[in-house]
Amino acid sequence: MNCDYCESKATVFLTQLAEGQMKKVCLCERCAKERGVTDPTGFSLADMLLGKFEKATTGTTFRGKERSVGGAKVCPECGFTIDDLRKVRRFGCGNCYTVFSEELAPMLRGMHKGLSHIGKVPEGLMESHTRHQRLEELRKKLEQAIASESYEIAAGLRDEIQTLDEVS
Amino acid sequence: MMRFSTLIRHPADWMTGGQTEHGAVLTSRIRFARNLRGHSFPGWAKREERAETLAVLRPAVEELSAMKDAFSRELGDLTPVQKQVLVERHLISREHAARSEGSAAVIERRQSFSIMINEEDHLRMQAIRSGLRLSEAFESLSSLDSELEAKLDYAFDPTLGYLTTCPTNLGTGLRASAMLHLPGLVLSDQIGPVLQAVAKIGLAVRGLYGEGTESLGNLYQMSNQSTLGESEETIIARLERVIAQVAGHELNARDKLMEDDPQMVADKIGRAYGVLRYAHLIDSKEALNHLSLLRLGGNLGFFSAETVTLCDTLLMDIQQAHLQLHAGIKLSPDHRDTIRAEIMRSRLQSLESPDKHTHNKEETDRFTEGDNPQNE
Repeated sequence: MNCDYCESKATVFLTQLAEGQMKKVCLCERCAKERGVTDPTGFSLADMLLGKFEKATTGTTFRGKERSVGGAKVCPECGFTIDDLRKVRRFGCGNCYTVFSEELAPMLRGMHKGLSHIGKVPEGLMESHTRHQRLEELRKKLEQAIASESYEIAAGLRDEIQTLDEVS
Repeated sequence: MMRFSTLIRHPADWMTGGQTEHGAVLTSRIRFARNLRGHSFPGWAKREERAETLAVLRPAVEELSAMKDAFSRELGDLTPVQKQVLVERHLISREHAARSEGSAAVIERRQSFSIMINEEDHLRMQAIRSGLRLSEAFESLSSLDSELEAKLDYAFDPTLGYLTTCPTNLGTGLRASAMLHLPGLVLSDQIGPVLQAVAKIGLAVRGLYGEGTESLGNLYQMSNQSTLGESEETIIARLERVIAQVAGHELNARDKLMEDDPQMVADKIGRAYGVLRYAHLIDSKEALNHLSLLRLGGNLGFFSAETVTLCDTLLMDIQQAHLQLHAGIKLSPDHRDTIRAEIMRSRLQSLESPDKHTHNKEETDRFTEGDNPQNE
């Protein structure tokens, strides 16, 4: 098995409970030493998993909305970085929620009764909100239709989604 | 501009709401967290940017119809004691009191609404009502919120709802809470299981001053924790149901205590009366615990019903910063205890002894019964 950071052979294996999940990291001796893994008091696997390690594995999925400075994810609107998020477990501005959506998902686990908003919507956004909900609903139905091979229904749903999408 | 002394001179409307149908529920509070789109959240914003958002938000808030002639100050313009008085009145948070320049508090004249600008979020607005009136508080705060929303561009996401600095407030940004007085459950040793049951359904239980504070004077705050995935109405309906149930348990516990052990109850209330009427040095913990029993006495007919309101007002007035403000000078702890005892003695001066009151009550009962046989 190879090290998660470089291509050398891994000799150090770590398992830790982080955010309610078992996480495993494999390291070669040099990387382990560099990251202070050999010093049990100064090391938290959680930090590693949420930080550098995450960058190493998710770096390829960066979208246009994000930009990175020295390889670290940063909110282009307010300059909040992934390191800040790890430190304070809070966000820098509204746009950060889009930039750090991947990091948000594990944070939200078990925090609330649900994962999507039900309730008051600012009046001006009401129309787009209902359209958004309708689209979600249609997409779910479309998936089901395709799964059950009901292609005629699927085609109808696809057209409906396209019309709604054009309006927004 | 409304002066601080004018704001504070009178007890808030919600403090003197008096006897409500649930003698166990003092107040209901609703809080919304809101932020502006395109501006960094206060904790991350640089000084100039915070000043910028304040300049946008403060006039918008002051223009609200409910905030006509309101008290409005930048936190830097308030003294530490003034800030602490506002915290003791639940008008601003402890976190907000720690801020200065770039943050402000706008408080409605009767203290039923208050809006913190640049606290953890750009806007933290709250409505307080006496008794168990969460839905009513919600409706009034929601209309205030809608009025603001017409002028401001809120940070909102269709899936995540209102975007907040901390993800624990995402969605509705709603915190609904009630302050309960539960001496009956405490005296009958039932409080533990009741609080556990409340915690089990996902509600938070805290002491008098919120997170991390000790429960003093048998006072407990209960609030929702989840803000995402349920509508405001659902959250509030559940909370109201649970709180009404807890209040019901409390009233049952009081009845049971009066039936099983009236001597113990009378003894506790009598001792509390004695201490508060005659003490010359009293710390806040002791004062709060005795006030709690006095209030219970008011509910159970040992004292007149107005005693409950008197206790609720005293509950505020004997706290540290209120004492400092009253004295006008910085007080040492000993000096505080002296002034606290002084205030207690003078306010309770005309409060008749519980024995006299119960005695009179029995007399009148007997008299009425004997005198009006036609009532039967």
